[in-house]
Amino acid sequence: MTKVSMTVNGRTVSGDVEDRTLLVSFLREELGLTGTHVGCDTTQCGACVVHMNGVAVKSCTVLVGQADGAEVTTIEGLAKGDELHPMQAAFREHHGLQCGFCTPGMIMMGVDIVRRHGSDLDEATIRHELEGNICRCTGYHNIVKAIQSVAETSEVAEAAE
Amino acid sequence: MGAEGFGARVARKEDRRFITGRGQYTDDIGMKGMTHAAFVRSPHAHAKVKSIDASEAEAMPGVVAVLNGRDLATDKLGGLICGWMIHSKDGSPMKMGAHPALAANTVRYVGDAVAIVIAETRNQARDAADAVIVDYEELPAVVDPAKATAAGAPQIHPEAENNLIYDWTIGDEAATDAQFASAAHVTSLDIVNNRLVPNAMEPRAAIGSYDPAEEHFTLYNTSQNPHVARLVLSAFVGVAPEHKLRVIAPDVGGGFGSKIFIYPEETTCLWASKKIGGRPVKWVADRTEAFLADAHGRDHVTRAELALDADHKILGLRVKTIANLGAYMSTFSSSVPTYLYATLLSGQYMIPQIFAEVLAVYTNTAPVDAYRGAGRPEATFVVERLMETAAREVGLDPAEFRRRNFIRAFPHQTPVIMAYDAGDYDASLDAALKAADYDGFPARKAEAERRGKLRGIGLSCYIEACGIAPSQAVGSLGAGVGLWESAEVRVNPVGTIEVLTGTHSHGQSHETTFAQVINDRFGVPTANVSIVHGDTDKVQFGMGTYGSRSAAVGLSAVFKALDKVEAKAKKLAAHLMEASEGDIVLEDGAFKVAGTDKSLGFHEVALAAYTAHNLPEGMEPGLKETSFYDPTNFTFPAGTYVCEVEIDPETGKTTIVQFVAADDFGRIINPMIVEGQVHGGLAQGIGQALLEGCSYDAESGQLVTASFMDYCMPRADDLPSFTLLTTETICPGNPLGVKGCGEAGAIGSPPALINALTDAIGSNTLAMPATPAKVWQALKSAGPAAAA
Repeated sequence: MTKVSMTVNGRTVSGDVEDRTLLVSFLREELGLTGTHVGCDTTQCGACVVHMNGVAVKSCTVLVGQADGAEVTTIEGLAKGDELHPMQAAFREHHGLQCGFCTPGMIMMGVDIVRRHGSDLDEATIRHELEGNICRCTGYHNIVKAIQSVAETSEVAEAAE
Repeated sequence: MGAEGFGARVARKEDRRFITGRGQYTDDIGMKGMTHAAFVRSPHAHAKVKSIDASEAEAMPGVVAVLNGRDLATDKLGGLICGWMIHSKDGSPMKMGAHPALAANTVRYVGDAVAIVIAETRNQARDAADAVIVDYEELPAVVDPAKATAAGAPQIHPEAENNLIYDWTIGDEAATDAQFASAAHVTSLDIVNNRLVPNAMEPRAAIGSYDPAEEHFTLYNTSQNPHVARLVLSAFVGVAPEHKLRVIAPDVGGGFGSKIFIYPEETTCLWASKKIGGRPVKWVADRTEAFLADAHGRDHVTRAELALDADHKILGLRVKTIANLGAYMSTFSSSVPTYLYATLLSGQYMIPQIFAEVLAVYTNTAPVDAYRGAGRPEATFVVERLMETAAREVGLDPAEFRRRNFIRAFPHQTPVIMAYDAGDYDASLDAALKAADYDGFPARKAEAERRGKLRGIGLSCYIEACGIAPSQAVGSLGAGVGLWESAEVRVNPVGTIEVLTGTHSHGQSHETTFAQVINDRFGVPTANVSIVHGDTDKVQFGMGTYGSRSAAVGLSAVFKALDKVEAKAKKLAAHLMEASEGDIVLEDGAFKVAGTDKSLGFHEVALAAYTAHNLPEGMEPGLKETSFYDPTNFTFPAGTYVCEVEIDPETGKTTIVQFVAADDFGRIINPMIVEGQVHGGLAQGIGQALLEGCSYDAESGQLVTASFMDYCMPRADDLPSFTLLTTETICPGNPLGVKGCGEAGAIGSPPALINALTDAIGSNTLAMPATPAKVWQALKSAGPAAAA
């Protein structure tokens, strides 16, 4: 068993879990943060993307021990109270989601893409950057538009937080 | 058009919970005392189960129980069924082998479940599943549908000699042959429609829960049609009587057909919960299980011929298809390569005679059933590949050749059952060609050539039959159920509205579009309307969502219930305002007496219906109406897709330069949502054409493509941004004039892609998925002219 402690969405949490526990299982099963999803077994689909110390990671491929002491943000921690994060608002405005299952990972990845590229983002770059996130519903068309719209707004710095 | 009514691009009501991580999918649900299940699955494609030794597994930490197929048989649970009877041309019924939820004696595909392991945690269940020792005696296997009926092929079910499930025909063979005998030109094609794995992003999951005190079962399930699941599980499998079984399909993360069917896993979890004394049993597939055990799609081998006269008019179409149904007949599998396929072989064209023969066969592969489009993509691929090929052979422009053969008078009776009700195929063709600058293509091709690249352009003029389906018609064709839909509209005393529908949204946005229709009728803001679905205890009944039926059939049921609500409310309003019922109009959310300034708000009339202080003589209190709606015909969305590709001859890599889709979906409720449906369909169709191919090893029957590392799902950088257009002919068959838009993209796009690629490489021999390796190979075979 492994004792871990970390900050998740601004809250200090700890647990005593099997060594093999994955970060995504810890979030979903121990903390009840079920917004982070599991869509594959091979780190391909990206439904489980969260931010660890400000960087997008696939939480299905992080052992919970590796996240000990880390600051983790999940989809549940992205909005400020009732105020949606610009990326969340953009997904809604541009109809960037249908069944919603890949959406948390897409949004967390979108925030990371904009953080790294700022307003320089073009369509080809967004599409390339989304290689690790699979959506079966939208054909990506509106996801790309949503991410691009956030990059183009003047509050890029705020969006990237 | 109001701000939220018909035609408005309203942002989705359901989005907020999904973008904030507060959706409730089956795996997100926890229950008191819940256990976790893992299935022991066959590693062999075909084998006898000699013995199962679970003693080691049972002794492992946290293990609650290990149950197998013999336990199921002891409890006399029925097998899973296929609910659509097909008769062979000799009149004999289809040959259906038994499908127990857990295989007791024989396993028939890699992934066939033999035992369920139940433990305190998911990891404990999985660990213990690995420790269950199954002694198999391996048998020879066959995975190729074209080889399944050969002499000496392994026999999969004793009921189906030579693995032949049915040999079915449609159309007049002699009359079709006569047309071919008089033909000036015959175009022939051998076609393989590649096998696909649906891969909804949410893996299938189930929680079975038994309450011993009430002798009542609850099933949470990733289902597109919870009432159908309840019906099959009670009436056929016999897990529980219908009134003691509640099925809930909460948020469901995509389906594409794969979540229509009633599978072994939910059956087993439900039964197992009772076996272990009532603790809930949860199972969630991992992705490899999804690849192994979800119903797959397509998998046809076809020989098709098109006969033309000297004026390039079509005389006849002859098709012979072998359809792979896998190792067991899934819930609707038999209908897909017959009534959902061969009835669409007339496409958008005047074809005097059509004859099709379909042989459905068992193989040692996962069951095959409906996947987005279900039979109609296969039909469209046959027709549109033939049309393009024939045009090239006779030296006509492919667009002109299609135009020459379009159906222009409606209703149009095809030789294969369907009666098209409305359409304008010239309109969508013209719109698509204009948007794609079809006339400018030669110049673009020449420009690409100068850069050493090969350009091609391809068309596809598809038609589909949606709005599934008229009950009497499908009943006469063998369906075991009616395919009507039901709705209930509850107006609350304060004027807010709940709509209960038997359809199910797993991405289709019903919570928004259905509310828009209420807004359109009654002027009630969409925020004051809630759409309830997916729970057999709440919704009276329903057939679920598939076949682009939710608007055409489900909303039509809602519409009929709204008619009843409106009629009662008007009667009440007339009484309250002391006016004649005929003078009451409903405008801007109020009942008004025409020609006066008398008016009562919708909410005021609703309240009056519930206070019941002053009702007309004989009127019952309350304002709630139900309706069952049975369509009179299918709907026929149609359109033209144009794809332009550029190929790098050095690598065989294809780039989609542009993709234009012009669709006629009838009236459109929310263009933004319709566009989203088309985008997704196109991605799946392009995936089929370029990337996706499910592959079993021919000798061992092992699934070679069992993960996202081996099966190429379309990614964002594989796809272009799409150009979408719509044309409109109103569907005369339903009160909304809608046709359905969920499947068109997946139906129309594969032939457009392959027509474009074959145009670019100058060779007509190119199988899906057209990977760079296959394109490169085809270029080499086509010779130096094409490769230049």
